[in-house]
Amino acid sequence: MDKTLLIAKIKDGTVIDHISPGKSFKVLSILNIDSSIGYTVTVAVHVPSKKMGFKDIVKIEGRFLEKEELDRISLAAPNAAISIIRNYEITEKFHVEIPEEITGIIDCPNQNCISNAREPVKPRFLVRSKNPLSLKCYYCERLINENEILQNL
Amino acid sequence: MLKNKSLVSIDDVSNEDLEEIFTLSDRMLGVVESNKNPHLMDSKIMATLFYEPSTRTRLSFESAMHRLGGSVISVSDASSSSVAKGETLADTIRMAEGYSDIIVMRHPLEGAARLAAQFSSKPIINAGDGSGQHPTQTILDLFTMWKEFGKIDGLKIALIGDLKYGRTVHSLILALSRFNVELTVISPPSLSIPEQFFSRIPENVKVRKSEKMEGFVEDADVLYVTRIQKERFADKNEYLSLIGSYSVDLKIVESLKKNAIIMHPLPRIDEIKPEVDFTKYARYFKQASYGIPVRMALISMILGVN
Ligand SMILES: Nc1ncnc2c1ncn2[C@@H]1O[C@H](COP(=O)(O)OP(=O)(O)OP(=O)(O)O)[C@@H](O)[C@H]1O
Ligand SMILES: [Mg+2]
Ligand SMILES: [Zn+2]
Repeated sequence: MDKTLLIAKIKDGTVIDHISPGKSFKVLSILNIDSSIGYTVTVAVHVPSKKMGFKDIVKIEGRFLEKEELDRISLAAPNAAISIIRNYEITEKFHVEIPEEITGIIDCPNQNCISNAREPVKPRFLVRSKNPLSLKCYYCERLINENEILQNL
Repeated sequence: MLKNKSLVSIDDVSNEDLEEIFTLSDRMLGVVESNKNPHLMDSKIMATLFYEPSTRTRLSFESAMHRLGGSVISVSDASSSSVAKGETLADTIRMAEGYSDIIVMRHPLEGAARLAAQFSSKPIINAGDGSGQHPTQTILDLFTMWKEFGKIDGLKIALIGDLKYGRTVHSLILALSRFNVELTVISPPSLSIPEQFFSRIPENVKVRKSEKMEGFVEDADVLYVTRIQKERFADKNEYLSLIGSYSVDLKIVESLKKNAIIMHPLPRIDEIKPEVDFTKYARYFKQASYGIPVRMALISMILGVN
């Protein structure tokens, strides 16, 4: 008996590989993937990986990601590798990258920050350190750590 | 270089800028004492926008501008006029920049001055934003130390009192950390430095933490005492039982080094006993008086005349 279960290949779409183990749920929520979607998504959690020990993988049929979505993913899964699939083949492959400045993606957790008031600006953060991830609010200068970032994504 | 720049956070000022500010502040001290109009700000207008009550800071900015020969327009209660009408700070600033050459503002929300600077082509001076920054207070604190000791490097500084909520103390600690100093932070456990700030002190700065003054102030050059506010305690008895341990009295004063100084951003309540005022260590009223020359120096540097 054949012991492998084959998941059908994607014809066109996106593969997000090398997601830190357990973070695929966050990636799904960043991409607003829930049961109401009209396309197929395959998720593999805690898959043994030579490079990372374990990893998660998300494969999305028929969807290509926007820059802002990739930036968000970079905050949850900084090692993620993106493969763009067209006609069953990888046509493009790259790593997500944490931008130097993060604008409009997460709100400042400081309730007393002007960026949370009714002003014509988007919340804006400067990246202080990528590993461990630490951001500084451009306005109130508060530092926010990885946990706070994840909660806000 | 501060010319045409906003002064929002102490991070906007380099150590080199500080040296320049100290030297000019010292010269401005002479201008104040001479009681002559130096005509440095003829035809320049400062707007002060205070969204939060403050007498001390606003008066000292306005006095500094008048001393330089400039003029001041002022909204003392900006929150009741524009906020009530629903105007955003961004819009208020775009209006005020048309009326003035420099804007001094205080606002209850953190980051407000940074936002104002983003919408203004005229320089903004932050006179306090929520529990955030109050850079001119920090600079006058540093100037006081520089004036007394001729330098900041090498000083041993003990910071005492409310190190959690006190905004002046946070930016002072960050500023001092850029020099070669030894810090001792002394506070009740419930008012100790937030981890947020502690993690920003560079590793090369020596910091000791203590809950009591005895044994920790004797080698200090500077005792920087801050106000412990009753309102910070849910339980008034806790305040009463605690305040005694953090107030500087003659007994503490006697244990100090010969040329140590005692500073306080004022107003003080019980943290420094009145009898200390008459000792050679007291420097808090002098410190407060430096608010004028330091602000004169900052205004001159920002508006590009000296
Ligand atoms: N048509 C497809 N449908 C679904 N998944 C695909 C398709 N083509 C490639 N993949 C998946 O995309 C990811 C990247 O493929 P690639 O062949 O580059 O893997 P790799 O050689 O293991 O690279 P890496 O060093 O990034 O692990 C893998 O997880 C692979 O299973
Ligand atoms: Mg692989
Ligand atoms: Zn903020």
